Amino acid sequence: MPQTDLIIHDEKDNVAVVVIDKTSKNQECIGWVMENDKTIKIKSISEISLGHKIALQDFKKGDTILKYGHDIGKVVASIKKGDHVHVHNVKTKKW
Amino acid sequence: MNIPKTFMGYKRENGRVGVRNYVIILPVDDISNACAEAVGKNINGTLAIPHSYGRLQFGEDLELFFRTIIGTGKNPNVAAVIVIGIEPKWTKRVVDAIAKTGKPVEGFSIEGHGDITTTMKASKKAQEFVQWASEKQRVECPLSDLWISVKCGESDTTSGLASNPAVGNLMDKLEPLGVNLCFGETSELTGAEKVCATRGKSTEISKKFMSTWSAYNDFILENATNDLSESQPTAGNIAGGLTTIEEKAFGNLQKIGKKVKFIDVLGPAEEPKKGAGLYFMDTSSAAGECLTLQAAAGYTVHLFPTGQGNIIGNAIEPVVKLTANPKTATTMSEHIDLDVSKILKREMNLDQAGDALIDVTIKTANGRLTCAEALGHREFIITKLYRSA
Repeated sequence: MPQTDLIIHDEKDNVAVVVIDKTSKNQECIGWVMENDKTIKIKSISEISLGHKIALQDFKKGDTILKYGHDIGKVVASIKKGDHVHVHNVKTKKW
Repeated sequence: MNIPKTFMGYKRENGRVGVRNYVIILPVDDISNACAEAVGKNINGTLAIPHSYGRLQFGEDLELFFRTIIGTGKNPNVAAVIVIGIEPKWTKRVVDAIAKTGKPVEGFSIEGHGDITTTMKASKKAQEFVQWASEKQRVECPLSDLWISVKCGESDTTSGLASNPAVGNLMDKLEPLGVNLCFGETSELTGAEKVCATRGKSTEISKKFMSTWSAYNDFILENATNDLSESQPTAGNIAGGLTTIEEKAFGNLQKIGKKVKFIDVLGPAEEPKKGAGLYFMDTSSAAGECLTLQAAAGYTVHLFPTGQGNIIGNAIEPVVKLTANPKTATTMSEHIDLDVSKILKREMNLDQAGDALIDVTIKTANGRLTCAEALGHREFIITKLYRSA
């Protein structure tokens, strides 16, 4: 099996999780879709640490982030494909 | 992998199967701990289980207390029980309920006799029980005699990525074989509660889950001073990459796999009554409390995925720990029964991780000591609902 930089839980997910120490700017990352064992490629546009999420598409304010195939929150500031997805641009829909 | 069809367990009088053969010395209350521990020291092969409660409790809290103590005695991992309490009435209540399983049980009350006389009498009976129990042999039992509970702790992103889904993979494989399964952690499902509810076997069960979760959520809202977004996810969770409470909850929910539906919602320490399948139990997310409640409901092997390295064990239920965090697997190796960190490097997939977990689960059921057992972890933590009278 090829080494992987990112893991995607579910086919429907629009974010992936970094599983290497850190991605670097403009790094071509290899992603593993666990559900169907497929491989995808995506260019990281910032440094993203282990366990943190990378955007698999462009997002605008109000969009929904899907992980595990489910809604995990709303986009509160637009995100570019390959950028870091975290508390600065995504918030819970719970409160 | 060909999943083994059987394991070697201890067949009990009521038909249940244990994976351990304990003779426990069970105090009814906090002040009987000293006597129970003295008996435990006198007689080799017995296990005293001291705890902090059992006096002046009332109402639902008292009922939960009795259900926990009695359920612990009834668990098939226990061959025989010595019950020691200060007063004869509550001691007898515990003894009579455990006796319904058909296993040897005898009660001793301290009032009017003192610790020394009680210790002597209880030790003689404990010796008789332990020698009787030592003759018991493991016999081949179908896999459907196995009762497995799960709960995760000290979670990080590797939990949701790999160790929790590995447990879920095991559930998807063992549920069709008739294994009895249980998950809990009402509070930590917050954010994924609606999706969790859809995993109920019927509309009625889904509603039962939602009302259990709502009752918890109301309690949080009554006592919270803010909207909880300062506490869930925690600062540590956020540093590790978890963004929202929903993301944390979905990571937790990976433990029940992709296909299995839960067939009932249990109160804390309530024994499942609907046969084989997956059950949800209303529990705290504190590991010691959750495991004690699940063991009291009759579960015999526990699976515990951890990220940063929780070290929990249980008095009577062996706890198998797995991690996908390569650092934890190295720095805390004496606590980890299964390392699935290869998933993060794509050198292992979830199917293989699930198989490896089934393998270590069956070895544990057959008698292999878990890390927590070898290290002497004997946590027994009673859940208390409110202050005593």
